[in-house]
Amino acid sequence: MKELYRELVTIVGQEYVSDQPEERYIYSMDPGTMPPAAPDLVVMPNSTEEVRRVIQVANRHRIPVVPLGAGLVLSGLSRALHGGIILDMKRMNRILEINEMSRYALVEAGTSQGMLQAHLKKHHPGLKHSAPDAPPVATIAGNVSIHGSGHLSHAHGFHSDMLNGLEVVLPTGEVVRIGSCATSDFWFARAPLPDLTGLFLGWAGTTGVITKLAIKLYPNYRINDVGVFVCEDPELVPDILHRMTGTQMAEDITAWMSPKPDWARGFLHCNINYGANSREELVWKRNLIRASVKKYIDRKIAGFMPLPTAMKAPFLDVPGRILTRFADVRKGGGFEYVGAIMPVELFPAAYRQGLEIAEQTAVSYSLGARIIGVNHCMMFFYAYAFNRADDADVARAQQALEETNRAVVNMGGIPWKAELPAQKEIIRKMDPNMLALMNRIRSVLDPNGIMNPGNWQVD
Amino acid sequence: MNALKYDPQICVQCETCDCLMRCQYMDFELAEAKAEKQKILAGQPSKVLSDCVTCYACEEYCPADNHPFYQIVERQEEQEVLPVPIPITKQQLRMMQARGTITPATVNKPVINMCFFPMLTGCVRGPLYENASLIVGSDIFCNIMWLHFGKNSVIRERLPRMIDNIWNFYLKDSGVKELVCFHDECYGTYTRLAPAFGMTVPFKSVHLFEYLSARLDHLKDQIKPIGAKVAYQRPCSNRLVPETQPWVDDIFQKVGVERVERRYDRGNALCCGQVFRAQQLDELADDVQQRNLDDMQKAGAAYCVFNCPVCLFTLGDAVAERGIFPILMSDLCQLALE
Amino acid sequence: MQYAEILHRCFRCGYCKLPGNYVDFNCPPYQAFRFETYSPGGRMWLIRAWLEKKIELTDRLQEIIFSCVSCGNCVAHCTFPKFKDQLLLAFTAAKEELVNGGRVPPAIRDCLTRLTQSGNAYGRSPKKREQWAQGIEIERFDNQDYLFFVGDVGAFDARGQEIARSVVHCLSKNSISFGLLGAAEISDGNEAHAMGETELFHHLAGENIQKLNALGVRQIITLSPHGFHVIKNEYPRLGGNYQVFHYSQILAPALQKATFRADLPPLRVTYHDSCYLGRHNQEYGSARKMLGAVPGLELVEMERSFQNALCCGGGGGNLFTGIIDSRLDTAARSRVREAVASGAQVLAVGCPQCAVMLADAAKVENLDRQLEVKELSEIVNSRLASQYSTNNG
Repeated sequence: MKELYRELVTIVGQEYVSDQPEERYIYSMDPGTMPPAAPDLVVMPNSTEEVRRVIQVANRHRIPVVPLGAGLVLSGLSRALHGGIILDMKRMNRILEINEMSRYALVEAGTSQGMLQAHLKKHHPGLKHSAPDAPPVATIAGNVSIHGSGHLSHAHGFHSDMLNGLEVVLPTGEVVRIGSCATSDFWFARAPLPDLTGLFLGWAGTTGVITKLAIKLYPNYRINDVGVFVCEDPELVPDILHRMTGTQMAEDITAWMSPKPDWARGFLHCNINYGANSREELVWKRNLIRASVKKYIDRKIAGFMPLPTAMKAPFLDVPGRILTRFADVRKGGGFEYVGAIMPVELFPAAYRQGLEIAEQTAVSYSLGARIIGVNHCMMFFYAYAFNRADDADVARAQQALEETNRAVVNMGGIPWKAELPAQKEIIRKMDPNMLALMNRIRSVLDPNGIMNPGNWQVD
Repeated sequence: MNALKYDPQICVQCETCDCLMRCQYMDFELAEAKAEKQKILAGQPSKVLSDCVTCYACEEYCPADNHPFYQIVERQEEQEVLPVPIPITKQQLRMMQARGTITPATVNKPVINMCFFPMLTGCVRGPLYENASLIVGSDIFCNIMWLHFGKNSVIRERLPRMIDNIWNFYLKDSGVKELVCFHDECYGTYTRLAPAFGMTVPFKSVHLFEYLSARLDHLKDQIKPIGAKVAYQRPCSNRLVPETQPWVDDIFQKVGVERVERRYDRGNALCCGQVFRAQQLDELADDVQQRNLDDMQKAGAAYCVFNCPVCLFTLGDAVAERGIFPILMSDLCQLALE
Repeated sequence: MQYAEILHRCFRCGYCKLPGNYVDFNCPPYQAFRFETYSPGGRMWLIRAWLEKKIELTDRLQEIIFSCVSCGNCVAHCTFPKFKDQLLLAFTAAKEELVNGGRVPPAIRDCLTRLTQSGNAYGRSPKKREQWAQGIEIERFDNQDYLFFVGDVGAFDARGQEIARSVVHCLSKNSISFGLLGAAEISDGNEAHAMGETELFHHLAGENIQKLNALGVRQIITLSPHGFHVIKNEYPRLGGNYQVFHYSQILAPALQKATFRADLPPLRVTYHDSCYLGRHNQEYGSARKMLGAVPGLELVEMERSFQNALCCGGGGGNLFTGIIDSRLDTAARSRVREAVASGAQVLAVGCPQCAVMLADAAKVENLDRQLEVKELSEIVNSRLASQYSTNNG
């Protein structure tokens, strides 16, 4: 290990390598419920070349490598399950190019959501990217690589759908450009070449290290508004969402159901965010959205909340802070959630399941669903808060998460960014040929098995 | 219990049917208006029940003070003609429910009743409110808003407890028998609505504007005239107590502002529109707000003075976007004293 | 440990690392070290782990705890309203635990020793405290309107002394009536307080309070925002009740009546909000008003200004201990780059500590030819009319 340490120092500099207990402690866990798994070293590269050299060294020593963004995945995917090196990518946070005409941003993998947002606001105010509701230090690469979703996902899909190209360092040390950037100076699309980006999306860092990526940007509307549509019957929700999404007027549609505040308990809210460049356009969009659900309004069984401007503000915040603040509901700094990617028609069953599990496990919960595409699917989230200073409370949340993962898989959904127990559930149901193909691909890309080992493996 | 006090015969014999004929949102020929009025009296379905936007104005228009609007609300509830979707109504009922956390406190005159607007307690400051006590909270919420939701039953259920709370937790043991209502709606509740439902109110309510006018007299040497043109946004609740309108001009004169002459003022005032949005009538709300704001802007107002916090929350941003400064009446007086 | 009950409530969401507009990292130790351990969230978790005996108290952990420069960015931007106000208090409490246990980094130990033995952070003889004022006429305090509190940096640092002389010149030119404690002044105690040495702070503050009260001082103008902060907020509970002003708060209104030269070329200036004036005490206007009174100055704002300002990294005793200065990139260096990016020719400061930190950083960044770091009164004095007299007489 001393030799490894020295080699890493020669690559990134003494300041950016640590084998100290403090770093090993903090980097052993994320703010979720998964137990700690400490690395041997934390390394912070500043360039693709440094990443390449670190990977080569790790291969030679057969030491695991775990790439890390902001560590906010909450399901413990960036823990060093088998020790080794945690590669903290956040020094590589340069914004390399904003292409206004083709509307894309080329960034280093450690670039945070917040910094890109701030950069666009100042230098390219007509453009925005789709930000998740994670805190603004969350990295763009981290979120894209786990098929994240956010404020433009109803209009444009998963964040991985918005990807134009990647630069990755393979587990064997080669640097590869994927997408149009493989043959062109422009990072404009993944088509028409064979789309190899799929080898690095949803793989929990087990196939290589993303060092650069280009993501699509979208027009930033001058005026933005939100409507909150409320009903009491979950059976209505799939049709409500089908109708609203069918107008294709909104950018983001997210349902939420929470027992707190008290006035929200038992009601299902659909937040519809939309924007326009003029008041006339905004009103026109609003009217189309309203007209799509008129049948429910006319029957008085659902309606839009009358929200004064001040009350709309939290729903217009990007990223929204409401979910982050859920962590203090138990005065304990913790929450974790199962994000179930599933078809929208499963909404009522998913909702009822969430209520049942919450009641059985007595956890503090919040439920919701972000719509992906034109009702193509949803990311239904079951968020459970816990007090990390209370082991029993943590255990309750863990139990709720495990039961939720199981229930989701049984229902026909798939937990997103699945933690280890959930991975096992998914594998249990997965087409064995798919799993076999995954293993074949990994064995080719990572013959020494150094990339984030322990994930997506059969016991 | 707490039946609405009105005389149906007055309505039967009414020749002018002002309540419907002067309505700003429904158009009638006189014969039709009378026919619809008869249906309301008889408890039969009437399009008035579904088309009423609950602006309260007919309470002012009726020359006999026979509570035409409260009658409409009674029938809406009886016939389940709901102005606002059920889930929205249920949420509002929960939001505004008394929390039961009130504790006794000694107060002294003047007692400023902030109803359930804790975010506005900062208005009560300085010499304008010297030595004032302040009461606020869900347990003293006036509950008049349920008129907008077709829920007289909720008023009957909750208002007596609110009156009791104010009297027993604050006023009685402090030896105080009157309070100043910061919000027009509270003043309307305790002086008009409660008696109409046969509820006894053991304390006297003073309208905020009467209080402010007296304070301005007391502090007249400290007033620096503002010297601006202002528009006044008259709220729906003031329709219940139109006799308080002269205080507006009185205060404006004392603080040195000129009330612009405009179309949608005084008897022709427009609702802020927030209630229309609850009723899912967005296009009507847009129209009413646009006309109201165009009117203020055309008249050259530099300030829009609000009486009602809900009007302020609803229109404040839109007013500001027009270059007009939104301000509560109380804060306008503070401005003159700075 | 005080405030230990909030440690576990940290979610490590990272809002504390950023300013409110997310433009870049805004926590000086995190910026310098880049390990999560040096972020406020990492520090919270580590302190808790240490108290629960999950980790040992190593030299590195001591460094991590003392690397906090008390800038308050975390307090301003933590997204959890119920305990954000206690973050800095928790870090200071942790420092106090280390101080009381005698387990502090050597640089901290040495600084505290100098404060204890000499009454100043430089370890200089207290008799030399008045040297900065040699050659200029300033009276000792004797019932003037204000006592002018110089502080350690103004008294002993070469650059600080220049600034002290400039400020008193500006105050005098604007007919402000003030006097000095002179050699009787000792450290205001802010850095001792920020470093968790509560007992020493009480001693230093107590000494000052005794002298100030004996003289009947009612109003104090401080040179340094550090002194402003501690005398205003911490002295009252120790018996020191005064109306306290930073000099910019006195000069801002006074300069509205001053006369300035009209023949000088325009200057583009950006103002660095010092933490103890800005974030800690919400005073963002007085310095800007000072600059606004001077014709020919164009004030441009950096991306991180007001509550979002990036600390120079000098707080928490770091000016004297250099705990976070050993790193390749520091907050001060980032700040001067930001000042240059704003298009400013001059980076204006209202704090002698900021002046020292930022001027050094400009040199290291090779930006000292493009960007001058100047204190507020220096800018003002250079543009006052030579036959200047105010309506004040």
